[in-house]
Amino acid sequence: MRALTSFVGALLEAWQEVRVHRTRVLLSLIGVAVAVCSLTTVVALGAIVQQANQELSERQGGRPATLYVSAFRLNDTIAPEQMDAAWAEILERYDISYASRVQGTTLLVPFPTGAVQVGTQAVDQPFGEMHRVRLVEGSWFSPTDEEQLAPRLIVNEVFWDRMGRPPLETHPVVALGGQGVPGAASGIPAGGTLAVIVGVTPASTWETEPTMFMLARHADAIQKATTGERGSVAAASDPYGGGAPQSQYEMWVPPELADALTTAVTRDLKGALGEGTEVNVSRQDWAQYGDDPFLVTKLVVIGIAVLVLMLGALGLVNIALVTVKQRVREIGIRRSFGATASRVFFAVMMESVVATVVAGALGVIAAILLVQSPATRDLVGQGMVSDFPPFPVDAAVTGLVAATAVGALAGLLPALVAVRVKVIDAIRY
Amino acid sequence: MSLLRLEDVTRTVIPPDQPALTILSGVNLTVEPGDHVSIVGRSGSGKSTLLNLLGLLDLPTSGMITFDDRPVKSFSAARRDRLRGSSIGFVFQQFNLLGGRTALENVTMPLLYSSGRTFWQRKKIAAEMLEMVGLGHRMNSMPDRLSGGEQQRVAIARSLVRGPRLILADEPTGALDLDTGQSVMELIDEVAARTGAAQVVITHDPMIARRARRHFRLDRGILTPVDDPAFEPSTRREMREMAPVPSAEEEASDADVVDEEGLRELFSPEATDASNERTQA
Repeated sequence: MRALTSFVGALLEAWQEVRVHRTRVLLSLIGVAVAVCSLTTVVALGAIVQQANQELSERQGGRPATLYVSAFRLNDTIAPEQMDAAWAEILERYDISYASRVQGTTLLVPFPTGAVQVGTQAVDQPFGEMHRVRLVEGSWFSPTDEEQLAPRLIVNEVFWDRMGRPPLETHPVVALGGQGVPGAASGIPAGGTLAVIVGVTPASTWETEPTMFMLARHADAIQKATTGERGSVAAASDPYGGGAPQSQYEMWVPPELADALTTAVTRDLKGALGEGTEVNVSRQDWAQYGDDPFLVTKLVVIGIAVLVLMLGALGLVNIALVTVKQRVREIGIRRSFGATASRVFFAVMMESVVATVVAGALGVIAAILLVQSPATRDLVGQGMVSDFPPFPVDAAVTGLVAATAVGALAGLLPALVAVRVKVIDAIRY
Repeated sequence: MSLLRLEDVTRTVIPPDQPALTILSGVNLTVEPGDHVSIVGRSGSGKSTLLNLLGLLDLPTSGMITFDDRPVKSFSAARRDRLRGSSIGFVFQQFNLLGGRTALENVTMPLLYSSGRTFWQRKKIAAEMLEMVGLGHRMNSMPDRLSGGEQQRVAIARSLVRGPRLILADEPTGALDLDTGQSVMELIDEVAARTGAAQVVITHDPMIARRARRHFRLDRGILTPVDDPAFEPSTRREMREMAPVPSAEEEASDADVVDEEGLRELFSPEATDASNERTQA
C-alpha cells in the first residue's frame, strides 16, 4: 500500500513540477521531442526502405529460398522438350508446387504511335506469387489461363498508358507479332495473335518502355506457330516473331531444404539429361548472403538515431542540472516534511521521465505524420514501393522507450544532486 | 515517557584541511508531549545544527537522541524521514512556501508523503486545515498573492496538516511585523494546545521565547536552561531584533530622539536645503 501511494505521490509531484515550470520544461523538451521525432522517423523510414529493398530484391531474385536451375552441354544443345520433361519430373518427385520457367523474349506489339518490340517475360503461373508481382489493375494469371486459346498478358503501366488505359473489364486485346494495324492498339492483324490483357503492373518512375508477362505455354505455342509458318531459321531471325527463347528454371523452396534440394536436383537433372550435361543450381534471393543482408543499413540507421538522441539528451541533462541547483530550497522543504532520500531521487527522476515521455509521445506523433505523408512516401518510395508498409510499430515503441530511457538517464544526475542536499542549510540560507 | 530526548549530544564537523570543529557539546534536552520550549542563541551558536538534530535530519557525533524513548540512531534513514513526516512539523522564518503552487497545494504537499486515508483524502484534509487557520477563502491563491501573515498561516497549516506531535518553529516571526507575529504565535499555541503537540521554538525574540514554559539558551554549542530567555545581543542584526519594543508613552517621550532613519532624513539634500533657507530667512 505504501509502495502504491509512494509511486502515485511521486508521479503527482513530478506532474506538479512539470506543470508549474511548464515554460522551462517545454523549452528543454523541444530538443527531446525533436530528437525522438528524428529517431522514430529514421527508424520508420529505415524499416520502409528495408521493406522496399526486400520487395525489390524479391521481385528480382525471388523469395527465400529460390533455386535457379540451368543445364547445358559443352558440345551439344539440350532440346527444350527434354529439359521441360526432366524439370516436370523433378517437381513431381519433390512435390514442389512453386516453380516456373522464365523465358526472356521480345514480341512486336502495334501501338497507336507505332509498332514496338516489347520485352516479354514468359513465365509459369506460380511466378507471380514467387516474385511478389504487384498489380495496379486486374489480377495475376489464374491456373486456368493456360487453357485459354488466346494468350493472356500482364502489361506494365507504360504499355497500358500507350493503349490509352482501357478498362480491363472490357477485356482489351492487342495483336502480338502483328504489323500494319495503324491507329489501334487492339485489332487482329494478319498473321498475328490476339492476346487479352488481364492485369497491369506498376511502372517505376524511370521505366519508359513497355514490358509484359505472358504464360510460358502461350509463348511456346506462338514460337511453334512462327516456326511452323516460316521455319526455325526464319523464326530465330524474325524481327517480329522474336528469337528462340532461352529458358531459365526456378523453384521456391523452404530455406531449410535449399541445400539438400540443390544437391538432389543437380544429381537428378544430370541423371535425366544424360552424360556430358553440366547442371548448375544456385540461389539468388537476398537471404543467401547471410543472416541479415540489411544489417549494415540497420546499423547505420540506428547509429544516426542514437547520435540524434544523445544530442537531445545532452541538452536535457544540462537544463535539468541547472534546474536542480535552483531547486535546492524546495528539495530541502520536501525533505523536512518527510520526503525520504529515495523519494526525492525518484521524484526528480520521474519529473524527467514524465516530461520526456510526454515529449516522446509528441515526437512519435510528429514522426507518424511525417512518415505517412504522401510527400515523404513519394520521396522515399521513388515508385519502387507499390504497397507501403504501415508505420512500423517497433519504430513508435523504440521512440517511446528511447524517450523514457533518455528521461531516466537525464534525471539520474540531477536526482543524485538532489539527494545530497543538506536540508536545514537549504532551507535557512 | 518523553517525546524527544537529547542526552549528552555532541556534534562535530571536520572542515576540509582544518581541525575538527565542535558545534554542539554535551547538549541535554527533554521534550515532553505538549511541552513548550524556547531556545535562544546568537548567530553561530549552533542553532541550525541543533535544529537538524531535533528534526531528525542529522545524527549526533556522540551522545544519544531518542524519540518516543527509542534511540534514533537505530532507525534507518528512510524510517527517520517517515517519522519526521508523520510526527514533526516545521515552521520556518521565511515561510518557505513552494512557489507556483496554490495555498491548498502547499498544504497538501506533506500529505503526499503519507499513506492510506490521509494520502487519498489529502485535498479534503488540507482544505479543512486551511479553514482552521482562517484561510478557507484563499485556498487557490498563489503565495505571492498572500500577505506575510497569510503566508505564515499557510506554512503553519502545512506543518500541522499531518497532526505532528512536535512542532519545530525556527524563527517563526522573524519575517513578520510585531502584531502579525503575535497573532501567528497565538495560532501556533492554539493549534498545539488543541492537538497536544509539543513546541520547540528557536528564536532571537525574547517576547516570543517568553511564551514558552521552559527556556534554554544556546551559547557556543552549549545548551543551558535559563529563567529569562533575554540575552545580550552581539551582532548588529541581533541588536535590531533584540531591541525592546517601546511602549506608547516611551514612544511619545522619545519623539525628539533622532533615530538612524531620522538622521538620514535630516541630512538628506532636500532637508539641508530647507534648513539653509530657514537660516537665511
